[in-house]
Amino acid sequence: MYEVTEKPLSLEGVVSAITRRTCGAVATFVGIVREFSRGRQISYLEYEAYPEMAIAKMRQIEGEIREKWEIEQIAIHHRVGRLGIGEASVVIAVAAAHRQPALEACTYAIERLKQIVPIWKKEVSPDGSYWVGMGS
Amino acid sequence: MQVRVKLFAAAREIVGHGEVAIELKEGSTVGDLMEGIFGRYPALKEMAGALVFAVNRELAERSMDLQDGDEVGVIPPVSGGTDV
Repeated sequence: MYEVTEKPLSLEGVVSAITRRTCGAVATFVGIVREFSRGRQISYLEYEAYPEMAIAKMRQIEGEIREKWEIEQIAIHHRVGRLGIGEASVVIAVAAAHRQPALEACTYAIERLKQIVPIWKKEVSPDGSYWVGMGS
Repeated sequence: MQVRVKLFAAAREIVGHGEVAIELKEGSTVGDLMEGIFGRYPALKEMAGALVFAVNRELAERSMDLQDGDEVGVIPPVSGGTDV
């Protein structure tokens, strides 16, 4: 249940897609474009992905999670292209029988996503634009 | 032999293309390819320390041998999600 898309993300769509009768908990994370970043006002963000490798790395994260926690389903959807303030850049949902593994796995998924999934963002502000991660 | 080099984010902007084809001698490694790319695009060499390479979508060491038709990704530091 992985997607790298230019279309707006739907939290409800992701949650309903992974919920099963055996699930007692769905933990979710939504990353939102914020107006200020490191002291600069943001006009908008440009996200770019290496889509095929991003999906492969999301699968790797699922494998790591399944070694640590009992979960039923996981979904990670990441948006690419131009995103305005308040728009969702990433939605992660983890469904499990119980809340603890769902919550912990969801936290793990966003932390690992930021480490190993090849997706980049450029902050565009009135005084210039910057690729985040490059020397910052 | 020829490999396809895919470039992203800051690396893509420096080179001006998202994908370039590079001719290499048989037996070339990822390190050889890097030197070739840096020779062709000197500005990319300035961020060399921050780049990692993926061969056929798996991270690769500089010593790895390349094969004809390989897809090599030039990967700047990643920054998906949000800074929360």
